[in-house]
Amino acid sequence: MLGAAVLAQAPPAPSVQLPAIDYPAIAPMLIVLGAACLSVLVEAFVAHPGRWAAQVGLTLATLLAAGAALGAHLYSFTGGVRDAVTLAATVVVDGPTLFLWGTLLALGLAAALLIADRTVEPGGSFTADAAVRAGTAADREINRAVRSQGYAGTATVSGMQTEVFPLLLFSLGGMMAFVAANDLLTMFIALEVLSLPLYLMCGLARRRRLLSQEAAVKYFLLGAFASAFFLYGVALLYGYAGSVKLSEIAEASGGSDRSDTLLFAGLALLVIGLLFKGSVGPFHAWTPDVYQGAPTPVTAFMAACTKVAAFGGILRVLTVAFGATQWEWRGVLWGVAIASMVIGAVLGLTQTDIKRMIAYSSVAHAGFLLVGAIALTAAGLSGTMFYLLAYGFTTLAAFGVITLVRDAGGEASHLSQWAGLAKRSPLTAAVFAFLLFALAGIPLTSGFTGKFAVFSAAIADGMAPLVVIALVVSAVAAFFYLRVVVLMYFSEPAPDGPTVSVPGPFTTAAITLGVMVTLLLGVLPTFALDWAALGVFAS
Amino acid sequence: MNPSNGGALLLALLLAPLVGSALVATMRSAPGAAKTTALVFALGELVLAALAWSVYQPGGERLQLRLSTEWIPAFGARFALGVDGIALVMIALTALLVPIVMGASWAEKLSEGRTAAGFYSLLLALQAMMIGVFAATDVFLFYLFFEVMLVPMYFLIGRFGGPRRQYAAVKFFLYSLLGGLVMLASVIGVFVVSSGVLGRGSFEWATLVRIADSIPQQTQIWLFLGFFVAFAIKAPLVPLHTWLPDAGAEAPVGAGVLLVGVLDKVGIYGFLRYCLPLFPDASRALAPLVLTLAVAGILYAALLAVGQTDLKRFVAYTSVAHFGFIALGVFAFSTQGMAGAVLYMVNHGISTGMLFLVIGMLIARGNSRLIADYGGVAALTPVLAGMMLLAGLSSLALPGTNSFVSEFLVLIGSFPREPAYTVLATAGIILAALYVLWVYQRIMQGPVRGTAVLGALGGGPGTMLAPEVAANRRAHLFPDLSGREIAVLAPLVVLILLLGFYPQPVLDVINPSVGATLNEVGLSDPVLQGGN
Repeated sequence: MLGAAVLAQAPPAPSVQLPAIDYPAIAPMLIVLGAACLSVLVEAFVAHPGRWAAQVGLTLATLLAAGAALGAHLYSFTGGVRDAVTLAATVVVDGPTLFLWGTLLALGLAAALLIADRTVEPGGSFTADAAVRAGTAADREINRAVRSQGYAGTATVSGMQTEVFPLLLFSLGGMMAFVAANDLLTMFIALEVLSLPLYLMCGLARRRRLLSQEAAVKYFLLGAFASAFFLYGVALLYGYAGSVKLSEIAEASGGSDRSDTLLFAGLALLVIGLLFKGSVGPFHAWTPDVYQGAPTPVTAFMAACTKVAAFGGILRVLTVAFGATQWEWRGVLWGVAIASMVIGAVLGLTQTDIKRMIAYSSVAHAGFLLVGAIALTAAGLSGTMFYLLAYGFTTLAAFGVITLVRDAGGEASHLSQWAGLAKRSPLTAAVFAFLLFALAGIPLTSGFTGKFAVFSAAIADGMAPLVVIALVVSAVAAFFYLRVVVLMYFSEPAPDGPTVSVPGPFTTAAITLGVMVTLLLGVLPTFALDWAALGVFAS
Repeated sequence: MNPSNGGALLLALLLAPLVGSALVATMRSAPGAAKTTALVFALGELVLAALAWSVYQPGGERLQLRLSTEWIPAFGARFALGVDGIALVMIALTALLVPIVMGASWAEKLSEGRTAAGFYSLLLALQAMMIGVFAATDVFLFYLFFEVMLVPMYFLIGRFGGPRRQYAAVKFFLYSLLGGLVMLASVIGVFVVSSGVLGRGSFEWATLVRIADSIPQQTQIWLFLGFFVAFAIKAPLVPLHTWLPDAGAEAPVGAGVLLVGVLDKVGIYGFLRYCLPLFPDASRALAPLVLTLAVAGILYAALLAVGQTDLKRFVAYTSVAHFGFIALGVFAFSTQGMAGAVLYMVNHGISTGMLFLVIGMLIARGNSRLIADYGGVAALTPVLAGMMLLAGLSSLALPGTNSFVSEFLVLIGSFPREPAYTVLATAGIILAALYVLWVYQRIMQGPVRGTAVLGALGGGPGTMLAPEVAANRRAHLFPDLSGREIAVLAPLVVLILLLGFYPQPVLDVINPSVGATLNEVGLSDPVLQGGN
């Protein structure tokens, strides 16, 4: 028998060498992913009334523990320990990784607080049972039961779908792996780990469930396309370089007679996948629908953390793998950055829903981020990362405020409903106005500091025309932020306008955190800028 | 106190209104206490400004009362304050006008949902930002104040303004923001260029002035244009002026006075402090552009002022015309012209500020901004009429009033180098006489008429009351100036006459700084040259 003969002749399998693992370096990521698995078990074994508390406690403890582990490693990092390339060189923990991990954990904590809140929307923003079809008798029955029996639910009916917590942790773990991935295959797997839970989380809204489910399906389908693009790009680049390692792609592209077609086709497909995740125009089409349909705390998480992860990936891929060929592709990304800024700013002008408006604003901001990302200098790297931190907290707090303005149908997200808000609740209006000014990039807010960091890096790298376009677009975008301020402050309130809920401790904490960071990074940003400039990508 | 390190005084000038603003903002339910607290802070600020004036040594160092500390090392930005003579007079003007507008707004009725605490808190915040703009000696810090300054003014117009306040506030904000953002590109550009020259970038004004000559002219022109757009919008120069009539007309009187009196001067101040010394080659090369816009503004805005039907828009257009004179004086590059321009900035703040206040008082009585709604008011309110006449005459630069000195200096200083522009500009003086006197005549003289006046007096439409009848019958319905209003205007009246006859104390402070600025541009004075 031929098969048996082959088997018999095969040499003994070489003893598998386990790769060295630098546990302290990757501890934050391991903690988050491990806790995500644990959280699934909690979901399975803890009974309803206590489940929410257990999940919230576990999630917050995880994020704090991961933060502590990160702090410990950061301490040794600044003390002289250099970049850790570990897990058979698939994961690298260098300066940017540490900054992005810190940003992700901090933003994840704030998002978890928003997700955990059960007072603003009685019972939480999430449906009690996502498996029950929207609008059916069973659905109404559950809603009635939740309303009458209190938020915590009973043994039979849960107050809210607590699966959102393990999903959050998995997604966050995927994001952390994504920004630390040193080869394209690891990056792809991390991309899937971060995306799949997000698709699910988008569909869990308690109110307007059909809209929420539509958003989830849309995000899933378009996200699947983007993943396919990414994977196709990986395949082409493997064909080009014979490796999926970023550093080896860089080596291969540095002077060889291999097919440039493979290289640039692969790069284009890869980058399209990444730009999709970062909601950079013209690959932004999913953003407004998903931002609008998803439960607002999830939108906040997506807007803040997904952007960090996506741009972390873009920065690493462009710098490490394609730094040598930047003159070939930079012009294209100029165009993409301009398109993104213009699409975001111009379409943002026409929006009447506040969540869609912030979605288009995020498209414009993605363009600004891309301006910094394609500078490929140390200043560009640190500036872009600082921008991510600043933008993340501002937008998260903004979504936090959006959850508070409600009428009988849930969140009052139509702009006209915000008229005269300053009269009803001056504090909420003041906080939101401050956040809008930050998004518009007015000085003394983190938005200005971030823009300054990104644009000065870009001008120093010879991209003055691009920066001038970006600045003009900023002025256009400022108009739609101002429109909301005008509505809140200068208009008379509608007679049957929405009320502003008094936020519970969780939402209050999240909004306060966002506002404080926005102010702090606007007035005294030095510590964060220094941290962002701690190191460059290990190659 | 040693003027070279009296930075604490400048810091106090910057922080006091901020503290006051925060304090007043908490007094939402106690309007009386809020007003009083705000006024106390504003008067304290005036004392501080007087102290700074007395400590400043004209002819001493270029920048005095300095304070400098590391702020954002990653950007090369320092928290650096300091003043020269030009900045000092602008700070003094700010400190003078704020308590006056507070007094003038004292009895203003606020619509529902607006509190006095909000209004006065915004005024103080605005004052802090304006002081910051004039006191900053770091380009980054200057930019920061330049932009943040928009926010309190935006809320002042948008929340407390007239019927079209939303439109006016947004237009004001977007115009200024657009200019500011274009300037941001130049601000960053300056830093990048300076790091090319010095090896390490700097935003420090004094350092940037030192290296100005080593920047190639083409680069200078690009950077100059970035700053120019922002300052030309702020100043405002024709054709970028269209936001001012709207903002000025819709702003509440208190904010309007600060808008045309101080805020707009930031544009001209920016030319003097940043455009000329930092980009001397570009300033010389592009002077014809600015001069053309300036003279066009003088004539065009004066013609528009003649045709205005709205009193507040009228004041706004006269201001645009005056700013043309100021820009002419700056870009003619002579000691007299430039000193005249700086003095003009102060005088314009005083005389136009007063005109705006008086018109505000008139509007408060008649509840209409339209010129056609008034007539023969002098018969009812002789003191108000007299005040308006004085402010108007000062505005048209009648000899003996403050504006005459500055306008004369501008013209005499500009003529040697730019005779053609100067001759054209003099036509603006004639138009000024026309628009001021014609408005005065229509409102104040003749029989008592106009719907606003008759409405207040209770007369029917179409009737005309003989002056003595109206005065006797219902004078208390259209009262003359109250004691508070006279007290508010009195300091301005004194200054108009004082600076008209004896401007020397102010010129003494201005002149050394103007001379230094001219040196930095690298031009010698044409008049002195002719003398040699």
